[in-house]
Amino acid sequence: MEEPRMIHLENISKEYDGVTVLDDINLYIRKKEFVTLLGPSGCGKTTTLRIIGGFEYPTTGRVMFEGKDITNLPPYKRRVNTVFQKYALFPHLNVYDNIAFGLKLKKMSRAEISKRVDKMLNLVNMAGYGKRSVDSLSGGQQQRIAIARSLVNEPEVLLLDEPLGALDLKLRKEMQLELKSMQQQLGITFLYVTHDQEEALTMSDTIVVMNAGHILQIGTPKKIYDEPQNAFVANFIGESNIIPGTMIRDELVHFSGVDFPCVDAGFGENVPVDVVVRPEDIVIVGEDIGQLTGTVKSVLFKGVHYEMMIESGDFTWKVHSTSMQPAGSRVGLSIVPFNIHIMHPMKEAAK
Amino acid sequence: MIDLTLPAWAGWAMGCGLLLFILMVALSVRRNHGIKRSLFAMPYTLWMFIFTLLPCVLIAYYALTDANGRFTLDNFRSFWDSNHIMRENLRAMGGDEMAATVARGSVNVDTLVYSLWMAFLCTAISLVLGYPAALFMADRKMKLGATLVVLFIIPMWMNFLLRTIAWMSLLEDNGLINAFLEWIGIGRRQLMYNQQAVLLGMVYNFLPFMVFPIYTSLSKLDPKLGEAAQDLGCNEIRTLYKVTMPLSLPGVISGITMVFMPSVTTFFIPRVLGGGNTRMFGDLIESTFKTAGNWNLGSALSLIMMVLILISLSILRKADPNGEGGGIV
Repeated sequence: MEEPRMIHLENISKEYDGVTVLDDINLYIRKKEFVTLLGPSGCGKTTTLRIIGGFEYPTTGRVMFEGKDITNLPPYKRRVNTVFQKYALFPHLNVYDNIAFGLKLKKMSRAEISKRVDKMLNLVNMAGYGKRSVDSLSGGQQQRIAIARSLVNEPEVLLLDEPLGALDLKLRKEMQLELKSMQQQLGITFLYVTHDQEEALTMSDTIVVMNAGHILQIGTPKKIYDEPQNAFVANFIGESNIIPGTMIRDELVHFSGVDFPCVDAGFGENVPVDVVVRPEDIVIVGEDIGQLTGTVKSVLFKGVHYEMMIESGDFTWKVHSTSMQPAGSRVGLSIVPFNIHIMHPMKEAAK
Repeated sequence: MIDLTLPAWAGWAMGCGLLLFILMVALSVRRNHGIKRSLFAMPYTLWMFIFTLLPCVLIAYYALTDANGRFTLDNFRSFWDSNHIMRENLRAMGGDEMAATVARGSVNVDTLVYSLWMAFLCTAISLVLGYPAALFMADRKMKLGATLVVLFIIPMWMNFLLRTIAWMSLLEDNGLINAFLEWIGIGRRQLMYNQQAVLLGMVYNFLPFMVFPIYTSLSKLDPKLGEAAQDLGCNEIRTLYKVTMPLSLPGVISGITMVFMPSVTTFFIPRVLGGGNTRMFGDLIESTFKTAGNWNLGSALSLIMMVLILISLSILRKADPNGEGGGIV
């Protein structure tokens, strides 16, 4: 079942003193969807979030919320709440009053406020912390309170601006799962901003890859990972080998001096393309039976697998494998057609 | 010829200070030298002892003795009842009935109450004028804010006495403001030598001391906190009194302290702009010492003022438990 569109950004552009930070952004977010804006810092993802939150106004374009234009509505009139990057908890209020802040503004009865705050404290596993001062909490605890403070207002959409950025890796991974389960439990639309591709892949229903004020690709995590639309997306999401090649005809591509059968079609004949192969999709075989041959230049142990740099012709392949080949040895490389992904070259994609 | 020679004692002080500084830097490079850092605070401690603590002890001594150096509480009685010496003299001469007709002389107490009232007014007006100014200056979106900061600082580069005297030429009968009033047809009027003129001079001189602490604490505020408040449903005004104001309280308290204290003790402004018509406590202390030559009573009055200031300071610091306004933790 298709959920209705909650938020629709129409032709949003934003300039600061003549510098364009967002260039004609079009994006819609469905109800109950977990959407992640992913991109390097300075790509405009936070600005996009702030425009939806009401803290910035677009230079051109409209922000639609359930079909109504909210472009010029101040933040306090929008049915969205934000979890800020560094939490922005009120230091003059204790945990309870921080969470109750929004409810008190709604002239709710004290008993009702107390009930809801306690429910939230339970949800974020912070029951019993109400009386504590926010300064006495650890980063992870402050983050939970910031989330509770937003969620208690029952927003239609929760905006999260790199909420886990300040936490250590282990805590971050725990919180990722918690956030995801909270989102599913409450049925709230989440719009999440991060530069961490793994975080985006783990949590999202939909990933929006951004760079330099543009949206490069919108899709499910799997689709973005398996079928990146251009070299930037391929590089940003996971590790990849990107090599220029020529599409000889449908389902046959030429690169590294060899013709490879592949599954992509529709590019035309003898067209220059970019070819993406993920490091884990290259299989090391005997030198005599490989499609390519190469020399192992370096080996790094990465825990689950070894990362080998294998030079073949004038291209060095990054290969992930659980079996190690010593540096200097000659190996054969083989890639199955399904794992070869063809993209339009970067320059052409920008047009 | 201008005398540009360095007084010998200043030369010695600077020399010793420099030596200590070099020694300290040298010792900081080598750790575990066995010399406590606090040792280097000795010259300043000594200075404080001689020129701050010792005078306080002397004031207490003078306040508690009479002209012959005998212990007495008469000076404090004179504060409460300035006529009590006259009354006692009359009694000593056998004029008990006449003594009974001499009423309590309330001039000292009245002056103190008046001074406190004026200082309170000055502080309140400075706060009401200063807070919005600080708010405006600290607002990152206002391009004018930085200009305003400079405009507030520039008058402070001028001498305090000069600034007050400048007001005289503005307010006097043939001054600029009266000329303007006449020109627009309202007519000249007496602007100086009254309470309003004194209050104006005080507010003018002490306003920056209110604005800057508030400005500092406002500009330290994370703008995200204001955004968070708006995000949770506060409009601009509610954001101001639910988040911005409570969080700038340390600055406000610091500003109140820095305006109230000099306001109570000021004697130059009431003398210049009040022309002796309005007497304030600082003025009274000064004339008790210099005009009346009564060091004992003058010291008692000073002591009373010091105690009052200490009490009001400790009350203010209760309201600023974090001591961000510059005080006890």
